[in-house]
Amino acid sequence: MQVTINGKQERLGPCTIEQMVRAKGLKAETLVVEYNRQVVSRERWRHISLGEGDVVELLRFVGGG
Amino acid sequence: MSWNFCVLWVGADAMQNDPLILGGTTFTSRLFTGTGKFAANDLIAPMLASSGSQMITVALRRIDISSGADNILDHIPRTVTLLPNTSGARTADEAVRIARIARAAGCGDFIKIEVITDTKYLMPDNWETLKAAETLAREGFVVLPYVLPDLTLAQRLEAAGAAAVMPLGAPIGSNRGLETAELIALLIENCRVPVVVDAGLGRPSHAAAAMEMGADAVLVNTAIATAEDPVAMGRAFALAVEAGRMAYLARMAEESRTARASSPLTGFLNANDP
Repeated sequence: MQVTINGKQERLGPCTIEQMVRAKGLKAETLVVEYNRQVVSRERWRHISLGEGDVVELLRFVGGG
Repeated sequence: MSWNFCVLWVGADAMQNDPLILGGTTFTSRLFTGTGKFAANDLIAPMLASSGSQMITVALRRIDISSGADNILDHIPRTVTLLPNTSGARTADEAVRIARIARAAGCGDFIKIEVITDTKYLMPDNWETLKAAETLAREGFVVLPYVLPDLTLAQRLEAAGAAAVMPLGAPIGSNRGLETAELIALLIENCRVPVVVDAGLGRPSHAAAAMEMGADAVLVNTAIATAEDPVAMGRAFALAVEAGRMAYLARMAEESRTARASSPLTGFLNANDP
């Protein structure tokens, strides 16, 4: 399936948000996930399976003024 | 009680009874700070301690897998209020989206609206900022909009429910000080909401001058973060802000074109001579 992650089209096998995050080697504690325009708390990552056409933003807080 | 002690005590008491309240939160420090541009994020916590700053900005960005996973929030004590900004937003809609994400991610209700399309001077887009402020205030955010100092806009922001207005002193990161002083003065004289001078303050004396004018607070990032010793500079800004605020409350003496003797003008020994 095709999923848009941070603006880029990616082809993924069936997986949950949690599995996708782990596969990318990202540190979960620092990550903010927006899934189809809704922020998803870390506890819910395992319950959401990505589907065709989903749009995911992987964000984190950084220094800024 | 000696006279000197008495004066110090009264001064300290005046400051204690002079909190700034924004969105129901009480701030005894009128120096807000930022987390950008520090040589190492480890400097942020000691800077917060040395400056006593009780509110600090953070930004939200797409992850960059190559840049490690240090979490800026780990460097900010829980007692300090987070002020996420909407930097990166080019439209009101983008600013609103960033604000909603920041709140949903647990950063609280405060939001610094920053909408910028001009990459040369980083001037805020006042119109898009007003649109975002209207939406976010309706959604219960404590809205702190970063703006070019314009009285009409400030009054519209007030009407929209902004908790404060944050006019720039000079372009972001320019360290040039209060170039917009006359326009900021109009906001201070006429706004009901607090006026926080944000951006461009490069030296503690700039911050003191803003506070002497009657600004309610200042927000300083670059000047502290890029000083050779950010921890000491944080303290220097805190002292300047406190001095400026105390001077404002104490009501400064008038200026004059000519001298006004501060010692009696009578002669020294022959005061009674004709």
